Amino acid sequence: MDAIFLQILNGLDKGGAYALIALGLTLAFGTLGVVNFAHGALFMLGAFCAVSVNKILTLQQIVLDPTQKTAWGTPLEIRTPYVESWFGDFGLFLVDYSVPVSLLVTIPFMLLVGIVMERGLIRHFYKRPHADQILVTFGLAIVLQEIIKHYFGANPIPQTAPSIVSGSANIGLWIGLGESVVYPWWRLVYFGFSALVIFAVFAFLKFTTFGMVVRAGMFNREQVSMLGINIEKRFTIVFGLAAVVAGMAGAMYTPVLPPDYHIGMDFLVLSFVVVVVGGMGSLGGAVTAGFLLGILQSFASMNEVKSIIPGIDQIIIYLVAVVVLLALPRGLMGRKGVMED
Amino acid sequence: MSINDFKLDRRLLMKSGLIGGAALTAPMHFIKDAHAADFCNMPAGKSVTLGFNVPQTGAYADEGADELRAFKLAVKHLNGEGDGGMINTFKPSSLKGNGILGKKVEFVTGDTQTKSDAARASAKRMIEKDGAIMISGGSSSGVAIAVQGLCQEAGVIFMAGLTHSNDTTGKDKRANGFRHFFNTHMSGAALGPVLEKEYGKDRKAYHLTADYTWGWSQEKSMRQATESRGWKTVAAVKTPVGAGDFSQYITPVLNSGADVLILNHYGKDMVNSLTQAVQFGLRDKQVNGKNFEIVVPLFSRLMAQGAGDAIKGIFGSTNWNWSLKDAASQAFVKSFGAEYGAPPSMAAHTCYVQTLLYANACEMGGTFSPTGVVKSLEGFKFDGLGNGPTEYRAEDHQCFKDVLVVRGNEKPTSQFDLLEVVEVTPRAQVEYDAKMLGGSLGPVNAKPC
Repeated sequence: MDAIFLQILNGLDKGGAYALIALGLTLAFGTLGVVNFAHGALFMLGAFCAVSVNKILTLQQIVLDPTQKTAWGTPLEIRTPYVESWFGDFGLFLVDYSVPVSLLVTIPFMLLVGIVMERGLIRHFYKRPHADQILVTFGLAIVLQEIIKHYFGANPIPQTAPSIVSGSANIGLWIGLGESVVYPWWRLVYFGFSALVIFAVFAFLKFTTFGMVVRAGMFNREQVSMLGINIEKRFTIVFGLAAVVAGMAGAMYTPVLPPDYHIGMDFLVLSFVVVVVGGMGSLGGAVTAGFLLGILQSFASMNEVKSIIPGIDQIIIYLVAVVVLLALPRGLMGRKGVMED
Repeated sequence: MSINDFKLDRRLLMKSGLIGGAALTAPMHFIKDAHAADFCNMPAGKSVTLGFNVPQTGAYADEGADELRAFKLAVKHLNGEGDGGMINTFKPSSLKGNGILGKKVEFVTGDTQTKSDAARASAKRMIEKDGAIMISGGSSSGVAIAVQGLCQEAGVIFMAGLTHSNDTTGKDKRANGFRHFFNTHMSGAALGPVLEKEYGKDRKAYHLTADYTWGWSQEKSMRQATESRGWKTVAAVKTPVGAGDFSQYITPVLNSGADVLILNHYGKDMVNSLTQAVQFGLRDKQVNGKNFEIVVPLFSRLMAQGAGDAIKGIFGSTNWNWSLKDAASQAFVKSFGAEYGAPPSMAAHTCYVQTLLYANACEMGGTFSPTGVVKSLEGFKFDGLGNGPTEYRAEDHQCFKDVLVVRGNEKPTSQFDLLEVVEVTPRAQVEYDAKMLGGSLGPVNAKPC
């Protein structure tokens, strides 16, 4: 029972990341009809926003101490963080909360990246075949990866969660399962954050005029344009919004998984499976499939399951995708006519 | 006798041919390697080319970059430039600081991408196109074994860089290949007594193992080392290489009854699994009335940087560490630090040492021929390269030397001061019978390309 409960929690936080990326992918596809293989790179850029903010906040003043030497004979460097010497305790608080604080930078930065990407590159490929879109966005993803690797190196860069949520929550005691059921606080925070962002995106599309116009445009772009509404401009903003969602997902994921330049590509492939299983163009389908596949993947990793079917943990997502697509060719919540031309 | 009396019979023709042939080739017999292409990529001009095959892209690119720095430094020192580094402490040494056998050392590089096929392709290019006479490098056992096989087929020497699997000098060993780095058996043999001393005999271990040749080798060695000391293995779970999120593999540990987690992971996998194990509160846990412990059998300082605070207090083993105080290590750290502004990693150290050992073997045998180099290296005993007295065992081409048991530094004094040496395990404790790991060296390949 304990093991099953823990695997459900694992699935939920992993599924949260899948759902957020798949949500952004579906937004871009549903509005612009673009298959964006650079979406994983946007997740990675968000993660490196958190890394950059942390690096800036921990910038150190270096003073050479000629009385002490390094092992190779140069004067020893004495390092003091600027933020600590300038702001005292508040500076230390900023460093401790660098990951959530980084969202203040990530949101505008990713919005800008999304808009520039759409206006500068993607819009030239609207009327081109999906294969061309995949090639150009995949190429862009590789370029972004290499830029990040050049500046940050190839190794993962660890980020710490704020000290108040750095330990583990004794969930077992809360629900009467005993002391052995513990779960990292930050993963619970991440799950809550994912749910909040997903709710916010749905609310934005459902309850605002802007969202209503976008939904109408997704349904029939020409008709909305004929009403005198600049739907292209709104779709550009939606693309930016998709980039923000991916970026926030990446930034908040850094304490879970130390980011490296390849982190986006690792998530991208699985997220595309999530989108296809959920149904191309269906926001609800993307979110549902994200959590579903996350939980299934966690269960497949249990020793009890692996002892029956060895290696199932590595193929479960693709196996489910095959079964779902055989039974429901449009995915769980796919709409008729999407990607069927 | 007039010219008309001269008769050329068959006997005379054969005699003349033999004498003439011997006369024509006579000078060559007195000059080693003077025959045209006696062996693959025999140096003809005033220089000799070495091939350094390291991961320049991919997950181990930082480690590869450090290896490349060490190779460049070794070449510089061999050519008589810089402060000479460990050439000054290496003994017995035949190195003269004028290249190798008087020829200036040049090098070419390849990118292994930490993929066997890419590594073989780049090594092949360096041998066939660039004329490399020796290949060195690598940051993965899978890559090292693949490239070692290629060098054997091509007839050049392979001086392995960072490769830790038993198989490199075990079942996959080759006559043209040599490894200075230690192996998983040695890690287990060195760690076993320290773990028993620190954590006792009554322990239950849970292994998470990278699912490839090195991971299997490391798990086997650690199980042998711990089970022989009374520990029980609760479970040994294989994890896919590059899994990223290990949470689904770590949560079963919580209720397994294990009180030690052994992470047979390296590189990015080690950084991720260790960080996440600490996040799941394993190190704050009490199981069976004991503190829960984590062990990482193979430590690298470059990887330790990635794991941040999670590494503190955790035991592992390493081939070499820059904090060693012997004259050779200090000379190397001084030379490397002055050149690059940071101390060398263990990967850099082994690559530097391998380059010097190859050059010295050529000088000792007075030849670049693989046969001569192998003969010089087999059974070669040396000191002054940072690991104390060391021997290249003839039976399997594995170096035997002391092994370091290290612990993540609780109070680092600098960004590089991440590992604390807790024990120098003597060579005798980690030595084993060459037949134990199987395999056969086979004959040396010294044929022309």
